[in-house]
Amino acid sequence: MSTDNLLFAKTHEWVKVEESDGAKIATVGISAHAIEALNDLVYLELPEVGKEVTAGESFGEIESVKAVSDIYAPVTGEVIEANSALPDNLDSLHEDAYDNGWIAKIKISDDSALADLMDKAGYDKMCAEEG
Amino acid sequence: MTTETLKKTPLYDWHAANGGRMVDFTGWSMPVQYTSIIDEHNATRNAVGLFDVSHMARFRFDGDGALEFIDGLVTRKVADLKPGRIRYGLVCKEDGGILDDILTYHLQDSDGKSYTWMVVNAGNREKIADWINARLADDVKFTDHTEQTAMIAVQGPKAMAIAQELIEGDISELKYYQGREATILSHHGLVSRTGYTGEDGVELTVPAENAIAVWEALHVAATEVGGHAVGLGARDTLRLEAAMPLYGHELSEEITPLQAGLGFAMSWDHEFIGKAALETLDKDSLPVRIGLVMQDKRVPREHYPLYSGDELIGEVTSGSQSPTLAAPIAMGYVARKYAAEGTLIDVDVRGKRHSAKVVPLPFYKRK
Repeated sequence: MSTDNLLFAKTHEWVKVEESDGAKIATVGISAHAIEALNDLVYLELPEVGKEVTAGESFGEIESVKAVSDIYAPVTGEVIEANSALPDNLDSLHEDAYDNGWIAKIKISDDSALADLMDKAGYDKMCAEEG
Repeated sequence: MTTETLKKTPLYDWHAANGGRMVDFTGWSMPVQYTSIIDEHNATRNAVGLFDVSHMARFRFDGDGALEFIDGLVTRKVADLKPGRIRYGLVCKEDGGILDDILTYHLQDSDGKSYTWMVVNAGNREKIADWINARLADDVKFTDHTEQTAMIAVQGPKAMAIAQELIEGDISELKYYQGREATILSHHGLVSRTGYTGEDGVELTVPAENAIAVWEALHVAATEVGGHAVGLGARDTLRLEAAMPLYGHELSEEITPLQAGLGFAMSWDHEFIGKAALETLDKDSLPVRIGLVMQDKRVPREHYPLYSGDELIGEVTSGSQSPTLAAPIAMGYVARKYAAEGTLIDVDVRGKRHSAKVVPLPFYKRK
């Protein structure tokens, strides 16, 4: 999948925003850069469907051999779907972070947080600066 | 601490040029991994892993009284150590708390003259050097060889064959916990049959200027048999599976050897600092080191609290996903009454309780 129309949070989540029946739906995942850095993935805790999440707050967890990391909601809204096949196929994230690697879909209730997200070029620049 | 002030081993340039992700480890810039912790771990269990352990401190003691002097500092008797033998032991404070776990080697130079070698944890180098210097006997000369030498661990079922290619003389005659001087790639060094992974293997000590040549020769041979350079990440999962304690985690100045399950490293038939305190401790009242296997996929990590019901009973000292067992495992300390095999304990994983079972240590033992 092309990353051209994706937005990125500084906490390494990617977001694809689509309109559906007048609502804005955000599909959220973890960037390929972050997957590469986490490396040996062992566990993913998905957000519960129906949960109200707030931009910038933890709504999932991912474990590598080395460490556990929070996954932060990049937008505010309700989780309407979670990728239940993903926790048993974590290795696939290394090949497919931006398509089958989606984690959850959030029906956006307040789109103000979208303004804080970066495009791919801005995100790549941030990653390069972090080293 | 900025990267400019970190110490570098003689192999630093190789690590940096070959994908080593460098981190600060007790003041040294060390590779945590090259490709993946799991790849490096499995390569060591199945073939061979190469480890730069040059950050560990290497001390030499000369003089007739050297072994007797060290005997008074370590829990394990070493005064009777025959030439070519190595012993694991603990350096304790007067109150029995552990200052470090160390290896003492009785070696001989090419003239047959005895000397003593000691390997100390990187983070405890200055502390132990100060402890030694404050007590040093007049007939013992103490020198720190850490920065003039490199140490490379070669570990795994193919380790002996790989190392033999570089070393003059048959190293298969060396038994576990034996060591000697050796000619390694035509330069003078030490070979010792020790390690920290639960696998067979050797640790080679060579002059700093020969380190890259020795490492590269080992690396070529290792790669041909499915081996790998291994960083600190997999070194930690390997030693955790083998249930080897790590200073700063299972061992500290607040923990005594009696709690740590290191009875084999104690000999009561000699005098050593801390002996009097350790003899009077009520052993049964102290927390003991246990092994845990999680009942689900959450990974227990250092400092996670351990509970029995609502009672806080201890904490995790080391934990990780075990690549060999494909399950999350941990070591920790709890009161003796919770330490029986099969006991179910809760681990607090970031605010949620997850069940774990007490299992015998080690988690992994080579066949």
